[in-house]
Amino acid sequence: MKNQTKKVFSGGLGQLTIPLVAIALLVIFNLFRDPSFFSIGIMHNNDGNIVLSGNLISIINGASELAILAMGMTLVTAACGGQDISVGAAAAIAGSVFVKILKSMPSITGGTVVLAFISACIVAMLFGTFNGTLVAVFKIQPMIATLILYTCGRSIAYWINGGATPTVSSPIISGIGSFIPGIPIPTPVLIVVLAAILFRLLFHFTSLELFTQSVGINGSAARLNGINSTFIKLLSFIILGICVAIAGTIGVSRLGLINHETLLLDVEMDTILAVAIGGNNLGGGKFKIGGSILGAYVIQMLTITLYAMKVSSTDVKAYKAIVIILLVVIGSPVVKARVSKLMSQLRTAKAENLTKGAQ
Amino acid sequence: MKKNTNVQREPLTDTQLLMTITICIFIGMYLLAMLFLGGGFLHAQQIFDMLNDNASLIIVTFGLTIVMIGGGIDISVGAVTSLVVMSCVLYLNNGGNLFVSVLLALGIGLAFGVVQGFLISYLEIQPFIVTLAGMFFARGMTTILSVNPQKVDHEGFARLRDSKIEIPWLGYVAKNGNLVPARIELGVIVALLCLVFIFILLKYLRLGRDFYAMGGNQMSALMLGINVKRTRFLSYLISGLLSGISGYVFMMHTGAGNATNAAGMEMNAIASSIIGGTLLTGGVGNVIGSFFGTMTLTTIKKIVVSSGLNDPWWQSITTGGMLCFFILLQSVVLGQRAKKKSA
Repeated sequence: MKNQTKKVFSGGLGQLTIPLVAIALLVIFNLFRDPSFFSIGIMHNNDGNIVLSGNLISIINGASELAILAMGMTLVTAACGGQDISVGAAAAIAGSVFVKILKSMPSITGGTVVLAFISACIVAMLFGTFNGTLVAVFKIQPMIATLILYTCGRSIAYWINGGATPTVSSPIISGIGSFIPGIPIPTPVLIVVLAAILFRLLFHFTSLELFTQSVGINGSAARLNGINSTFIKLLSFIILGICVAIAGTIGVSRLGLINHETLLLDVEMDTILAVAIGGNNLGGGKFKIGGSILGAYVIQMLTITLYAMKVSSTDVKAYKAIVIILLVVIGSPVVKARVSKLMSQLRTAKAENLTKGAQ
Repeated sequence: MKKNTNVQREPLTDTQLLMTITICIFIGMYLLAMLFLGGGFLHAQQIFDMLNDNASLIIVTFGLTIVMIGGGIDISVGAVTSLVVMSCVLYLNNGGNLFVSVLLALGIGLAFGVVQGFLISYLEIQPFIVTLAGMFFARGMTTILSVNPQKVDHEGFARLRDSKIEIPWLGYVAKNGNLVPARIELGVIVALLCLVFIFILLKYLRLGRDFYAMGGNQMSALMLGINVKRTRFLSYLISGLLSGISGYVFMMHTGAGNATNAAGMEMNAIASSIIGGTLLTGGVGNVIGSFFGTMTLTTIKKIVVSSGLNDPWWQSITTGGMLCFFILLQSVVLGQRAKKKSA
């Protein structure tokens, strides 16, 4: 019992230490700065619905796309030991397909939205398969393989859009992007919860989690044990493709338009960061999807805190970088080893003093 | 008596093979462009223009090549270039000294190299995360310095910017009958000097060989007695320094600072390195290959523009296609060789 509590205090939270410490620090900082940061209000939005508002709501709402992408990215990172840097570009393509299908329909109904979403999913999964084939079959480093789509993805989206930024407006679309009448919680948040539950069920009913970890830790050993490591890697990219389609759809629905340049801009970097802050090894192997989701909220919380401090949106990056470096320095194995060594030295010194005092 | 008449010629190393492929494809592509597109491609100035426009990209690519040979990655280079441009422009506009501005550029680059190198090699943090943070920091600092575009109005700098090397016999006769000599900017000379220095470093100096050893297999390098941590630190230091130089060259080319300067340069540099035959896994690569990688990438863009594909998306789509082609080619070629070796 005593041992267990000790374990928890000496970093026994395992890989969730960094995101939880980061959230705690941000909460404490905001409490000192301005306690009203945490107030949650109830208000009527433009459509007359009763909705929740406040900084906390905008944090969990704004991080939705990032959280969904981080879930898929965790799987790719764990299986392949590398990251997909094309998620932003692929989301732009998925969003373009979504809008293109909706535009070609005579009217926007529930059925056509579902159809458009499924088409976006299929296209995103195809691009995922493309990336996955390069990585799994041709044994190319994930970052290099996805550099191809990163380079040309947004241009492909521009091409699908026909050189314009088409708009869609419909109660269904705004329902996906903001609030469904009668429910005070933003819809993207609900989608994140749904996605997290789906992942949980997937891991519960299949051996995907175990297989992915073993492929990530040692691909050839996994293959000798009868796991098809090529297929697992491919599958991780296809699942990421579905996540990309969901994120793209949410992104388009928020604004009601598709802009190939700005939709989910730089999201690939934030996604990889969320995975890393979540304590997952970027070299593959063991992973926790919960960590990545927390990582996504850390990033968004940091951004909203900076906005609340009147930092302009272009300058946020510099402050974000400082916090990131601080976090990873705290989490680095070398620093951890140094600190624990120092602590044990202090403890022995204290014990010696005590024994001396007793004498 | 010749000793080695009967000795078989040594097979090409992976580095040499990939470099040769790139150079051949570049020359072939350029010849085809000369044959079918003609126009600008027939003038020597076309090549010089490509060099003038991309001198800073070439320098950044060299730095990235060194880091990639050592098995790392540095994605902060474009942002550092942009920060250097903005800082130097503001410094010069506030009555700065030309010589000090060069030192400022080198200093900023070195500072990024030192901090990132320290965090990566001595604190063992993943290079992608560190240089990503470096990229965010540099981009953020650039906009903090100034959101609006700034033009340099410094007399000494204007002279430096406008000084060009002219080669009359490579020039062409313009439509109005005047001879337009071929023009090379000073930045190109800087880039070529960097090329020579880094080539010697990688080929003949111990440090350069250490980079290859470290990238090829870190454990073996350690057992050979190479100070891996210091070597890795130095690779990021050189990359940072080259980003600083690249920033100054960029400023000499454009003569203005803008927050969106050098946007996406890091990915262009990575793509150039890959096309030039550097492997991200480390241990394989060459600066001459990287030089031709950059030129290949630029030539593709020029060909797309002059062959009449005017829609804005074609440049990136063909670049992506070309990248895909090179990556697959390298994977297949190296895979075949590995099979032969093991057979």
